[in-house]
Amino acid sequence: MAKSPEIEHPSKAFGWAARDTSGLLSPFNFSRRATGEKDVTFKVLFCGVCHSDLHMVKNEWGSSIYPLIPGHEIVGVVTEVGSKVQKFKVGDKVGVGCMVGACHSCDNCDNNLENYCPKMILTYGAKYYDGTITYGGYSDTMVSDEHFVVRIPDNLPLDASAPLLCAGITVYSPLRFYGLDRPGMHVGVVGLGGLGHVAVKFAKAMGVKVTVISTSPNKKKEALEHLGADSFLVSKDQDQMQAAQGTMDGIIDTVSAQHPLLPLIGLLKTQGKLVMVGAPEKPLELPVFPLLMGRKLLGGSCFGGMKETQEMIDFAAKHNITADIEVIPIDYVNTAMERLLKADVRHRFVIDIGNTLKSSN
Amino acid sequence: MAKSPEEEHPQKAFGWAAKDSSGLLSPFHFSRRETGDGDVTIKILYCGICHSDLHNVKNEWGFTMYPVVPGHEIVGTVTKTGKNVKKFKVGDRVGVGVLVDSCKRCESCQQDLENYCPQMVLTYNSYSQDGTKTFGGYSDIVVVDEHYVLRFPENLPPDAGAPLLCAGITVYSPMKYYGMTEPGKHLGVAGLGGLGHVAVKIGKAFGLKVTVISTSPKKEDEAINRLGADSFLVSSDPAKMKAAINTLDYIIDTVSAVHPLAPLISLLKLNGKLITVGLPEKPLELPIFPLVLGRKLVGGSDVGGIKETQEMLDFCAEHGIASDIELIKMGDINMAMERLAKSDVKYRFVIDVANSLSQ
Repeated sequence: MAKSPEIEHPSKAFGWAARDTSGLLSPFNFSRRATGEKDVTFKVLFCGVCHSDLHMVKNEWGSSIYPLIPGHEIVGVVTEVGSKVQKFKVGDKVGVGCMVGACHSCDNCDNNLENYCPKMILTYGAKYYDGTITYGGYSDTMVSDEHFVVRIPDNLPLDASAPLLCAGITVYSPLRFYGLDRPGMHVGVVGLGGLGHVAVKFAKAMGVKVTVISTSPNKKKEALEHLGADSFLVSKDQDQMQAAQGTMDGIIDTVSAQHPLLPLIGLLKTQGKLVMVGAPEKPLELPVFPLLMGRKLLGGSCFGGMKETQEMIDFAAKHNITADIEVIPIDYVNTAMERLLKADVRHRFVIDIGNTLKSSN
Repeated sequence: MAKSPEEEHPQKAFGWAAKDSSGLLSPFHFSRRETGDGDVTIKILYCGICHSDLHNVKNEWGFTMYPVVPGHEIVGTVTKTGKNVKKFKVGDRVGVGVLVDSCKRCESCQQDLENYCPQMVLTYNSYSQDGTKTFGGYSDIVVVDEHYVLRFPENLPPDAGAPLLCAGITVYSPMKYYGMTEPGKHLGVAGLGGLGHVAVKIGKAFGLKVTVISTSPKKEDEAINRLGADSFLVSSDPAKMKAAINTLDYIIDTVSAVHPLAPLISLLKLNGKLITVGLPEKPLELPIFPLVLGRKLVGGSDVGGIKETQEMLDFCAEHGIASDIELIKMGDINMAMERLAKSDVKYRFVIDVANSLSQ
């Protein structure tokens, strides 16, 4: 008979979990495994609230296992390392992102693409090697195999770098893979939320001209003055969209709601690339003629491998790139989820775990 | 007042044209421009019937300008050359494909991608620089700027080689551009028609393993035993499709009817590429999750530039690749179009223009 979450592992842990599809989170006592020989244990200080957390607590993708502790933008300080750990020591500032396990023997793993490994294990809501369910970063401690831990350089503030662990890598990886990172190129970013605002910052640091494409005209000032975008298009304004036809080498589309692709394909130059990192649940309509007539392509991308995640963090440190955040106490998390649903946040909530998550025990 | 097609140019020409959206073709007198300094006049020997011709005669894409003389898979012999022509002489065997002009100045033209030039002029149903409409290869002669004329290799049969000028380049170009030519990799070809059967042959010539994906089980024998495909997948068989999940590195999708993309995307491995070269009338449904989770892509491609078309012809000549055809007389064109609409041809009709086009 399966042990209860509180006793299945030897180390006590405390977090907030969703119990059912209402998605409401509440205090939850559970346990973490003992620090294995390759494991890194760390005290969680901050955890970003990703829109995926919202989808998962409400079981919108149909794969949620309750109780569910979300959180895959986790940063903290190492408290213990296993005997075979080489890369980290107690006191190091570290982070864990979207995954905590993979097979390490397939082609993808060999190519540093653990995120595409068929046996990849997600940081929360997934079955670990020992058969227990993984719990995420809305909790006081984390234990992770060192392979899936990244170092956070000293010059990066911990709270504002937490979202890089998912949002950051999710936009960094396709900018590199699809070759949209060369100085002088023109890249569009659709959607100015958690992913979008980080995409603007990375692309600018890569020397790329950036146009933000958004349904909200009131985001223009921020896009241009605060984030450094070069221009701003209101997607519902036909004249603006028409004038920008055929001007972009690529577009990073962060929007996960249903939306039309035709206008975006029209913005691309010949041989332009539309990259989807938001994942609408239902299929979208693909107009084939414009794709053919300009030899354009539409591709997807799903966060990134560990090597690239570390590379992304180091790139962010070098260029002083962090997320724009609203720090919240843990007991605000349900309100934060409601606001997130209405896109009422600039641009990521980050839970101050270290200071506000306290077990009542 | 615009001149009639018969009078607008000095060289008399004769062909078959569709006059309305019934798509029925009938004899049509018109004219071709004088052989300009950079032009080549070609006596047409053969012209392939492309499915695009059928879409156009029936105005299925909504931009047909009647009367339309279709035909963009043209093989013929040079009869006249303008005084600045360098590449060809009278008597040469040549081909003309899907385009006959472009701006020659833009980035695309400079990169030998005339087919993506915003001012590209199509071989038929398009406007020339002089403002007159272009007429295609279901006719006795054509006059083309030498830049857009292909040298037709001697060892390629002129009848069976004609379809390469559209079908051939349409599959060859994306295979090169999207990097789908690594020997040993696994290519899926969706649809076994004019484009599909040539894709199988070219894929095998690149050293790929080839699986044909088709709704028609009765095409299996042909696909494997005659065309050389390695395997055959019936797309309407859910069990077989499920077993083939995650096995293909690339897919060339030649299907021009509206069809579901989700099953094809599921056949692709990580980083797999689905390249669509067919032109359905309506948009297709595209599931995004599988693209994101598997970093897969869907790309388009539209024929190829002139330089690449020549490269393709030479490649096919080297590998003994031509189309499988059914040769017909011009008078049978309407019957052929009806059969084409039902995919009842193995795998391209080619009109024996020189021997059957009579006034």
